[in-house]
Amino acid sequence: MTLFIQQLFDGLALGGVYCLAAIGLTLIFGVLRIPNLAHGTLYMLGAYVTYFFLVTVGVPYVAAIGLAAVVLAVIGVLLERVVFHPLRNAPHTHHMIAAVGAMFFFQAVAQAIWGADFRRMDSPISGSVTILGAQISWQRIVIVVTAVIVLGLLTWFIKRSIHGQTIEAIEQDRTGSSLVGISPSRVSMLTFGLAAALATVAAGLVAPINLLAPTMGDALSLKVFAIIILGGLGSLPGAIVGGFTLALAEVMTSTYVSAAAGEGIAFAVIVLVLAIRPTGLFARAVQR
Amino acid sequence: MTTSTFSPQRLGTLLVALALLLAPLTLGGQEYVLRVLTVGATYAIAVYGMNLILGLTGQLSLAHGGFFGIGVYIVGLLTTDYDWAFWPSLLVAVVVTALGGFVSGVVALRTREEYFAIFTMAMGFIIFLVISRWESVTHAHSGVSGVKFPEGFGLLDFSEPIVMYYLVLLFLLGAAYVTHAVRRSGIGRTLVAIRTSEDLARSIGINVGLNKQLAFAASTTFAGLAGGLFAAVQGFVGPSAASIDLTFEMLMFILVGGLGTVLGPVVGTFIVLFLFEFFQDFEAYRFLVLGPIIVALVIFAPRGIVGYLNAFVGKLRSRGTGAGTGSGGPPEHRSSDTATDVKETL
Repeated sequence: MTLFIQQLFDGLALGGVYCLAAIGLTLIFGVLRIPNLAHGTLYMLGAYVTYFFLVTVGVPYVAAIGLAAVVLAVIGVLLERVVFHPLRNAPHTHHMIAAVGAMFFFQAVAQAIWGADFRRMDSPISGSVTILGAQISWQRIVIVVTAVIVLGLLTWFIKRSIHGQTIEAIEQDRTGSSLVGISPSRVSMLTFGLAAALATVAAGLVAPINLLAPTMGDALSLKVFAIIILGGLGSLPGAIVGGFTLALAEVMTSTYVSAAAGEGIAFAVIVLVLAIRPTGLFARAVQR
Repeated sequence: MTTSTFSPQRLGTLLVALALLLAPLTLGGQEYVLRVLTVGATYAIAVYGMNLILGLTGQLSLAHGGFFGIGVYIVGLLTTDYDWAFWPSLLVAVVVTALGGFVSGVVALRTREEYFAIFTMAMGFIIFLVISRWESVTHAHSGVSGVKFPEGFGLLDFSEPIVMYYLVLLFLLGAAYVTHAVRRSGIGRTLVAIRTSEDLARSIGINVGLNKQLAFAASTTFAGLAGGLFAAVQGFVGPSAASIDLTFEMLMFILVGGLGTVLGPVVGTFIVLFLFEFFQDFEAYRFLVLGPIIVALVIFAPRGIVGYLNAFVGKLRSRGTGAGTGSGGPPEHRSSDTATDVKETL
């Protein structure tokens, strides 16, 4: 039972991280109809930039994540401008290939600056608390709480604020939104910036638990795809539910079955879901 | 095209073939260079497979490296742990990847466009995970060493690197010929129709599902064959031979060479491998340069080297006869829109 509670909290913390990363991906898909294969590398860069601010510059933890999010938002906007904007009318294979190019580039950048070796980022939040006999580290609790707060703010931003609403408008009807004066181009930039910032928050939160490496985004890239396919491409609540579902499934499988099975479950989810429903679960009206 | 007419494409093919045939001789028997060329030729065979599914049919399969890895490991494990001879192992690799492609295609090809890419990426990762974790069978990260060379016929001894090179080259020639034959055939045109518009193709009575499935199976077969040869060339193989990075590298090869063209895969593979060697001192940093090159290619030059040469030749020819394989289409189609550009590549 103690083991179960322990794993439950681990799963919830991981779920928070997955949600934050997956929401960016699902927003990008909703607005630009691009499966951004480079999303995992944005997360990886986010972790390294947080590391840079926290360890090299020496600002407090929260400020480091905030600054890193701003830096990554700029990188996200640049990525949209330089890579995806010129390809907006190209066949879908081209976006994906370009994203692969960007992915290789970002990995090489991280490796050139920080080296290929694993790095450790210690969080100022230490210690743990005992709940029902399970040792839960404060870092994990912080992750869950932060994720909930950020998700709440994000929902408010998209549903209530004028800039956020433009994102939803573009998702629903690109042409119609243009007609009422919403610039798709500006919304695309906003979405990419937001997605990169969210991925950074996720990375900054989880970095003290895991190690940093230029390849840390590779596995995450596929997991977030599994999440948004599970939850429906472009769906915000879907990404949240999918994120927690996958994280819990992963943690439980690696505890009770085997580590390799836990690692593979995301891919099994993709294959199974798409085998049953080729357009993903909860797919909205066919968009073509 | 009749056989008697001289065509620039024919000249190009001849030049590439000559360059590949003579390369080992002119390089003064340097072992290392020969090895790079041989490995490059095995990759090129796999890239021809990718060309069939991505270049002709327009489906981005990211499981390609995985199927290459299956080929590598079937030959690698059968010739070492099970002490099989090389040729039957290669045959098994080809049959398994062909069947694997056909069967998995049933499910994979129900998905479309980006879903297909994501689906195949997951497939590729599962293959990689199985190979890199299934310790008792694949030896996981310790890899497989001592893969056998192909058994020679008479005077041919494939443990000679140069003989092995020509053997791989022979298979490469076969892959290029198959691509050429497919492109000229009705099947090739069917695949291009699917690439252009799946719905339109279906509406004129094309069995989209079956044709895509055949193209996918053909592509995985090429990957398996290439993998099998790769195992023999390398002698030692590890899980990285099945990694998704390999798929991405192949994607770059074909993009540089030219999607859907006959010579694109071989030209692209060797040019990019040459660049890799050139940047070798920088190891992983090579992607600081190569990453932006991929992006720039997709944005500014999606046709690749051979694609552009074809279009150029086609333009020259259309002035005379108005027909030609490399026709770039009427001028109004060659506007700034990359989408139209690509569809005219064939």
